[in-house]
Amino acid sequence: MATMLKYEDKDLKVVGTRPIRPDGVDKVTGRARYGADVNLPGQIYGRVVRSPHAHARVLAIRTDKAEALKGVKAVVTRDDFPEMPVEYAAAGELIVNFRDVTRNMMAREKVLYDGHPVAAVAATSEAIARRAARLIEVDYEVLPHVIDPVEAMADDAPLLHEEQMTEGLDPAPEKPSNLAKVVSFAKGDVEQGFAEADLVIEREFNTKPVHQGYIEPQASIASYTEDGQVELYTATQGHFVIRAQCAKLLQMDISKIRVIPTELGGGFGGKNNVYLEPLAIVMSKKSNRPVKMTMSREDVFRSTGPTSGAHTRIKIGCRKDGRITAAEAELDFQAGAFAGSSVPMAAMCTFTRYDLDNVRVRGNDITVNRPKVAAYRAPGAPISIFGVESILDEMSRELGIDPIEIRLKNAARQGTQTYYGPTFGPIGYEETLNRARQHPHLQEKLGPDQGRGIATGFWFNIGKETTTTLNVNEDGSVTVILGTIDVAGGSRAAMAMMVAEELGIDVDKVRPQIGDTQTLGFNFVTAGSRGTFASGIAVTVAARKAIDVMRERAAQMWDVPVDGVVWEDGHARPASSNVGEFEPLSIVEIARKSGMTGGPIAGHAEITAEGAGPGFGTHIVDVEVDRRTGLVKILRYTVIQDTGKAIHPAYVEGQFQGGAVQGIGWALNEEYIYDADGRLQNPGFLDYRVPVASDVPFIGTDIVEVPNPNHPYGVRGIGEVPIIPPIAAISNAIHDAIGIRLREQPMSPPKVLKAIREASNGAG
Amino acid sequence: MMARYHVTTTVNGDEVDFLCESDQTLLSVLRDELVMTGTKEGCGTGDCGACSVTVDGRLMCSCLVLGVEVDGKEVETIEGMADGEALHPLQQKFLEHAALQCGICTPGLLVASRALLERNPDPTETEIRYWLAGNLCRCTGYHKIVEAVADAAREMREV
Repeated sequence: MATMLKYEDKDLKVVGTRPIRPDGVDKVTGRARYGADVNLPGQIYGRVVRSPHAHARVLAIRTDKAEALKGVKAVVTRDDFPEMPVEYAAAGELIVNFRDVTRNMMAREKVLYDGHPVAAVAATSEAIARRAARLIEVDYEVLPHVIDPVEAMADDAPLLHEEQMTEGLDPAPEKPSNLAKVVSFAKGDVEQGFAEADLVIEREFNTKPVHQGYIEPQASIASYTEDGQVELYTATQGHFVIRAQCAKLLQMDISKIRVIPTELGGGFGGKNNVYLEPLAIVMSKKSNRPVKMTMSREDVFRSTGPTSGAHTRIKIGCRKDGRITAAEAELDFQAGAFAGSSVPMAAMCTFTRYDLDNVRVRGNDITVNRPKVAAYRAPGAPISIFGVESILDEMSRELGIDPIEIRLKNAARQGTQTYYGPTFGPIGYEETLNRARQHPHLQEKLGPDQGRGIATGFWFNIGKETTTTLNVNEDGSVTVILGTIDVAGGSRAAMAMMVAEELGIDVDKVRPQIGDTQTLGFNFVTAGSRGTFASGIAVTVAARKAIDVMRERAAQMWDVPVDGVVWEDGHARPASSNVGEFEPLSIVEIARKSGMTGGPIAGHAEITAEGAGPGFGTHIVDVEVDRRTGLVKILRYTVIQDTGKAIHPAYVEGQFQGGAVQGIGWALNEEYIYDADGRLQNPGFLDYRVPVASDVPFIGTDIVEVPNPNHPYGVRGIGEVPIIPPIAAISNAIHDAIGIRLREQPMSPPKVLKAIREASNGAG
Repeated sequence: MMARYHVTTTVNGDEVDFLCESDQTLLSVLRDELVMTGTKEGCGTGDCGACSVTVDGRLMCSCLVLGVEVDGKEVETIEGMADGEALHPLQQKFLEHAALQCGICTPGLLVASRALLERNPDPTETEIRYWLAGNLCRCTGYHKIVEAVADAAREMREV
């Protein structure tokens, strides 16, 4: 492929250093503008009316009283949006179906979860919008609901979608059910493999839905003009995908919608899809005013995607020496109100850290009465590997094999063929395990009720459509316009560093900027840990094109063939003394004269990045369990992960630490709690408890660098792997501490205490 | 139209006045009336700390304070933290230690950290962690934030 740049092992001046991020000063001074910080002249305020029921038929919606209220400028309901046929599109790591997207942003026949939008109003003040929202009358026929994925598959379960026939079953089912889709992967002969095993362990595991928990609630402001153009500011991980979804849902030309991405206050997969945007656009059209909409924290919890809650059954067989002979998994994943959970990816990740001959995995995608799942950092993988890493821990104890050894014995390596198809190129899994084996963390002595756990994770990583424009300004400084959102991890810093490295100039001479949808061609959303990988290739391509232009300009100035000019350390130089004696021309000198030598200098890239390097990590955790309260305290935590190449090591560490702490929260505290009527009971940060600074210790990091051959600097995606191992690692550590194996998440104080009491009752 | 109250106060050393409704929070006044959007709203219920400000030197969530309550008081926000072109040592150390990612929690964390160092110029790691326990950060895992605060404290003690 023409755009593919191979890895080059070379001396680096900028890549691998730790400069201050280009968006940093704006963020420490309060200048950075996030979704809710944008205001437009004449703006009015939108508010969503949400279902109080988990499942109900919408019989009638009366808006006349709200519309009559002074100050109300627009009201929208299902009648304001066109019906959408079944049509699928990629939106981040999950696939969306437009028939469902339109129903999720505004209920049509039925409301399917507590918080489901049924109407929206826009008024001249927030207070009037609140009052108007209360004046909207909706007649519901309340229906029985179901939230648990296993209960939802029962024959007599309340049915969310009367037409939904399971995909992926042979023979095809004869009646509709909540089982939307079955995905299956198989390799080898699982029965034969289990027959050859000396030890077979089969267990069941349960996890609850958890939310991405970004601190910035969704916020958008839309302005629709008389000639049918839209200006939309929104906080998103992918403004081109938001544009495409709005255009499809509102039947507009893509070119008429300009999406300007604001600074993003966290997303973690949860800001890949539309929620407020189409409502704001239509209400702007109706009112002829810009419409600003922000979610409350309660709105965020009740109506934006948490990840799946799940039930999994995992079975593994191995020989006495620890070598796995067969592995099998069945994964039941909540999709939420509409089909399309992360179960396909969870299924592909379940055993992929291991080189196995006999594997069978089935994933069930199940519709239930809670918000539609959105991606959450390595969607599904932390759930599906929980059971696998737990059983491996059990096996290592049963067989007297060290937990790192048993993983090394089965480790995937270069040449291992995955059970879903591809064969791995160079990967760093074994290296992370070998580093773990040598790590000083393992020498730390443990006290009473303290224990240590180990678990590992894998994520695919992706590339996809990416564009960039690099302008060499007339003074030799450089502006890089990026179309792939910096979702927080610091990809703008990494892009500036790679450009500086290529051009041979100081990093502070390069200014990266995210462009809006009218300035660049399509970019996929920042998902699949693609940002630094894919955009890194694009900026390298663009920089090399700009260098070619500058070599031509130098050749012209010296009147020599372009082949006679090389680019070194920010200067054009004669390739050899045969070319002639010329003083090197700096980027500044060439740029200054660009008007006379052919015009402004730029480099572009419009690519589909391919060859993302798979990521692997090994985590070690020490915990202490308080037997009186059930509180699990994290004493020490170490993340070891292959990055391919750390462009900016401080922000790689930041990904490791942030991902691990999200995983710690998932393991120990976070869960959606529903009452008997299917209403979410903890839609706030007081009762949905994400980790705070005093909950966690310093998170140790160890960066492994096995270069990805398909990236000029060897980069692999890194953002997602760190959230995968913590649930399993912490469960294993709790077992090591108190001898009780927890197979349900969260391992919160009441649940740990209950398990301790049950164990002592059983013993007594 | 609800009656609006006239409030006179000091924000970052500047005398300002504004009109607000009786139930309008200080957060809403700062963001919507004074257009100082550096103070962020993450929850509106005092659980996340993104809206942290000080009122007469006391750290609070501006979403839990009414606009009318700050009449005659001194409010300090993130916008007043740097001294002209010179960043506050905490701001500088957050940058140097890579103690921010998405940055939505950063203004609140900086305001809270400054309030800590004014009371305790030499905090232990535990003291930093417990003081900042009211400020949620979902990106960093807190590691580099705690390091940055400790480093800023060290530097400020030396001056």
